[in-house]
Amino acid sequence: MKMRIPILKLKDTLIVSIQVELDDQTALQFQEDLLNQLHKTSARGVVIDLTPIDFIDSFIAKVLGDVIHMTSLMGAKVVITGIQPSVAITLIELGIRLENVTTALDLENGLEKLTREID
Amino acid sequence: MEHRSSIEIKTEWDIVAARQLGRNEAKSTGFGTVDQARITTAISELARNIYLYAGKGRIEIVPITVGVRVGLLITATDEGPGISDLQKVMTDGYTTSGGLGAGMPGVKRLMDDFRVETEVGVGTTITATKWLH
Repeated sequence: MKMRIPILKLKDTLIVSIQVELDDQTALQFQEDLLNQLHKTSARGVVIDLTPIDFIDSFIAKVLGDVIHMTSLMGAKVVITGIQPSVAITLIELGIRLENVTTALDLENGLEKLTREID
Repeated sequence: MEHRSSIEIKTEWDIVAARQLGRNEAKSTGFGTVDQARITTAISELARNIYLYAGKGRIEIVPITVGVRVGLLITATDEGPGISDLQKVMTDGYTTSGGLGAGMPGVKRLMDDFRVETEVGVGTTITATKWLH
């Protein structure tokens, strides 16, 4: 049942679109795959698009937060895009603060933001 | 006829199954997207708590009608260790799992009614209701 989230490379950026509901194992596998790709490609930035995702629980939020910190340890920058209203509302009500995270409304804005930050 | 859905929680996969069931029930009860997300998230947290602390248990999702009010009642039951200090567990930021779960105050905020019955060594039953407004 384990799935892999595809990670695309565009110039020096990795692009990830999460289109399925994440179970624990898929989320952890994604964490590992992304860090390996970063290492292999020397990408300087990552955009993670969450547009199709309609809810995030505390476990997925923790994995995402960890990915962001791990990526910055490796010297790259993450931008999260496409957080839906329902996701923003439930995350805050749940009491989860994704601290120091760069976000953008959609993939296009996210890529622009990332390009500005890594140049 | 009363309609009942329940799922036994034993593995991580059952957490996914429970929240999918919850989302479907929320949708068919008539909840909008934000409330669907609240209900799905609350079920995910309750199921995870069962998996982490009790090992196994059950999540039951039942559409209810009280007078003119329609809602969804979620019951999470386990025969785990119980909660010795409920007041502490209901405090924001308290965790024994290293922050794996958002904790009970979060679930309480997502739902409209929230009740915990627990006895050390016997188990815990949490009931949470979301009303259709």
